[in-house]
Amino acid sequence: MSQEKVSFDHRIITRIVDAGAKVLDLGCGNGQLMLLLVKEKKAKVQGIELSEQAIYQCVEKGVSVFHSDIDSGLTEYPDNSFDYVILNESLQEVKKVEFVIQEALRVGKKVIVGFPNFAHIKARVALALCGNAPSTKSLPYHWYDTPNLRFLSISDFENYCATHKIRILQRFYLGKKRLISFFPNLFALNSLFILSKNGH
Amino acid sequence: MKNKSVGIVKTEYCTFAQPPHELPLECGRALGPVTLAYETYGELNNEKSNAILVCHALSGDAHAAGRYHQTDKNSGWWDNMIGPQKALDTAKYFVICSNVIGGCRGSTGPASIDPKTNKPYALEFPLITIADMVNAQKHLIDYLGIKKLLSVIGGSMGGMQALQWAASYPEYVASLIPIATALKHSSQQIAFDEVGRQAIMADPLWNNGDYYGKSNPERGLSVARMIGHITYMSDTSMEEKFSRRLREKNYSFKFETDFEVEGYLRYRGENFVKRFDANSYLYITKAMDYFDLSEDKLFPHGGSIGARFLVISFKSDWLYPSYQSQEIARQLKIRGVDATYCEINSTYGHDAFLLEAEEEARLVTHFLNKTYRILT
Repeated sequence: MSQEKVSFDHRIITRIVDAGAKVLDLGCGNGQLMLLLVKEKKAKVQGIELSEQAIYQCVEKGVSVFHSDIDSGLTEYPDNSFDYVILNESLQEVKKVEFVIQEALRVGKKVIVGFPNFAHIKARVALALCGNAPSTKSLPYHWYDTPNLRFLSISDFENYCATHKIRILQRFYLGKKRLISFFPNLFALNSLFILSKNGH
Repeated sequence: MKNKSVGIVKTEYCTFAQPPHELPLECGRALGPVTLAYETYGELNNEKSNAILVCHALSGDAHAAGRYHQTDKNSGWWDNMIGPQKALDTAKYFVICSNVIGGCRGSTGPASIDPKTNKPYALEFPLITIADMVNAQKHLIDYLGIKKLLSVIGGSMGGMQALQWAASYPEYVASLIPIATALKHSSQQIAFDEVGRQAIMADPLWNNGDYYGKSNPERGLSVARMIGHITYMSDTSMEEKFSRRLREKNYSFKFETDFEVEGYLRYRGENFVKRFDANSYLYITKAMDYFDLSEDKLFPHGGSIGARFLVISFKSDWLYPSYQSQEIARQLKIRGVDATYCEINSTYGHDAFLLEAEEEARLVTHFLNKTYRILT
């Protein structure tokens, strides 16, 4: 796999994950990230994915995956079964968000959450000035075809973690190609958070 | 779809468990000598690391692929999955399929001669279980000199055998592919089996199982098969295949075969009795009903298993519904086993594991590739 093809968020996640780690990827899609983690970090990966077509693509890549929704997919796993549970670009499509986050924190020692920032300046402009539902590089859908059920901003999520006593170990604000440090809630397209249970 | 075939094949036989070294059975009795009819396709490599055991379902046999002679119209029951460049690629793998004990297609079963009496066993044949079938297969695998199977694969009762291999011989398997199967029969599945058995036993010609050399209980067995076929299809697949189509223009207003579906079931029933023994039907369905690897029983030695799993179910399969495969997946998750589960969207019902070859092959091909890469 050439370096160019690896998306920015996948590159950062691959950097975060320790070599040989046990990883559960919730909403793993076609298995691209899992394959990267296997190749670069010799990680032991397991995915959960709802789309049948994506399951075939995972199996073709040689990564293991359970065909299931993630709203009900975690109860079997004992506590701390994984070094990392990844919820990248999938949280916004989940029905029972709080339950899934709690379950991810239970079965994973650390949780990596990544989502598109709804408060990006383009989204704000689209809504405030043009009066249109936002469509950005990280939120490329129309109102009628979006798989997203949730629309959250970076500060929404940070507030959520604060009120729910979820510890944020590290955070990354992503622009198109580089990290954003200046007003991330306004200029970051995506964000990545590394979380742990409080007290860990 | 690839049409390459394994070509002309021949059934072979392996006999073991000669008295006094009979095969001990779960029921407490022992069976011997035991013959297994089996076929192999492809070549066993020098390391003996490319062997795949295919397990057949209730009415299947050792003839999984190829034809018996040039003009043979029928190929083996899983010919769409086994052959050069197919999912079970015989250019790469050595594929084995054997008839289960209790069967009637060359392996020792109720129609075989009991050496003690020189007459067919009939109901003197001991009740067998899926674990007994697998123990017999283990003898064949030992006989072929294979220390570790690359995979054990099967649908329906074949899937039960794959699961049983994981439970009985975890160190002998690198991977398992249970398809459209369950860790145990539900009440509904037992009920359908029991109706089939009652149909056979209600036939006066069944004569308490003692009909060999006389007339076979064909009516009873064909009714059992008709019930079976209904459970293998789905409402949608039956609607597509038959709808309410009539064989003639108008209703006969007699108890004749008016509807296409009636004709189909009768044809299937009548064909089945030509190749299947009624007592075998009783023994094998009972073995399926007794099967239970639920909860911790899939891992009787505790801990986990090094083997990888590919679990497949089909959306319209109401005989072995997806929740039963999900239960297998659940047990594998609890144990942290490397596993993939996929529910294939198919309208064929339970029959899908024989018919939905494209998606099934796609999963099996890549899963085996990966397993083979790890093993070699």
